[in-house]
Amino acid sequence: MDAHEQLSTLDNICRQNFIDKLAAIGQHPIKAAGVDVFQMNICRKCNLFCKHCHVDAGPHRTEMMSKSLMGTCLQILRENEISTIDITGGAPEINPYLEWFLNEASQLKRRLIVRSNLTLLLDDKYRHFIDIYVRNNVEIVTSLPHYKAEGTDKQRGKCAFATIIEVIGKLNTRGYGKENSGLVLNLVHNPTGFYLPGSQSGLAREYKSRLLKDHGIYFNDLFCITNMPVGRYLEHLQKNDTLSDYMTELINSFNPTAAENVMCKNTISVSYDGQLYDCDFNQMLGLPIESNAHLSEFDREVIGRRTIVLANHCYGCTAGSGSSCQGATEK
Amino acid sequence: MNYYETKDLADFPNIGEWTSEEAQRFFDYYAKATGDGKLTEREKSLIALAVAATQNCPYCIDAYTNKCLSLGVDKEEMMEVFHVGAAMMAGITLAHSTQMRKIVKKKEM
Repeated sequence: MDAHEQLSTLDNICRQNFIDKLAAIGQHPIKAAGVDVFQMNICRKCNLFCKHCHVDAGPHRTEMMSKSLMGTCLQILRENEISTIDITGGAPEINPYLEWFLNEASQLKRRLIVRSNLTLLLDDKYRHFIDIYVRNNVEIVTSLPHYKAEGTDKQRGKCAFATIIEVIGKLNTRGYGKENSGLVLNLVHNPTGFYLPGSQSGLAREYKSRLLKDHGIYFNDLFCITNMPVGRYLEHLQKNDTLSDYMTELINSFNPTAAENVMCKNTISVSYDGQLYDCDFNQMLGLPIESNAHLSEFDREVIGRRTIVLANHCYGCTAGSGSSCQGATEK
Repeated sequence: MNYYETKDLADFPNIGEWTSEEAQRFFDYYAKATGDGKLTEREKSLIALAVAATQNCPYCIDAYTNKCLSLGVDKEEMMEVFHVGAAMMAGITLAHSTQMRKIVKKKEM
């Protein structure tokens, strides 16, 4: 399904438009309040083909951010005190310039995050990234949909769970996930079906005790992220005839506090070709920021007070305890 | 039209339509009773699922199956909950045979 089809599918199924919902409680429009997170989607190619992936990433994708554009990102980051650099994909390690970028970006002394699926890190070609991450004090965020193999493998593919657990074990021996080591490993919980995530603190407690007891591994924090009705997850909702139920649940669970705390207010998302978006979801739906600006026209002042582009998929970030790349937004 | 309709579950927050104060007190109590306490929200949700099963409430089974899923409970754990409910109901039924046996014994010559 292309981006236009996805948007019209959601428009047709939502009994109340997201913008109308916000307007009814006086929260429309949503305005940005600065730029604190600079998120770069550096490739859509991935070794996995996860069912919940909003990027529709997989081995078949070819989109890759060039070294020149990554250099432009570095220049912008040098010139602007943006506190967090957040690198995502696809599998970021597949981009041949990631190592170079991390070596350069770590010198800026910002919070440097890589969203890795970890499964590549057992491969000879990529295992050296563990050293690169340690050396550059990279914060690792990885998706582990469930603390048991069945749920995780169903979502991420056969043997994904065992591989991720093995890599987490290796990261733990290097200090990742250990209190006061300075090396941060955060896990992401995505529901392994068509329902919303529960309490983040409750799930974190469960993950910590189960993973330690069953596998002897540990991590810092758990982020609960609602599966967005975008990309491959949207297709699964349709295929299973559950799209209407899921959207109804998102709408019924609309939380005004979560709407106040949406991540797009302080994030800018850069695509592989340098186009700017309010978030990674808008990026996949072909909804650029209101000025349609490219990286080459980056102006922090202007971008930091832009009006956010909204559509019905935004219900995903405002349901229940809220959802963002840093987990629940209502703690 | 059925007596029980899935969409009616979404109407539950409206039970205060004609008695708002009582409903608000109920919802406050409900949230406190089912949230994290000495028992976790997860443990309480499993108990609630067992009660829903034994009381044959389709709304509660729907709500608490979803809640258990959202809290990471897997299907084997939920099925065990149903067996606990079934065992309790069987035990309660059989325990009441005491009444029947007492009466029979009193009536026997």
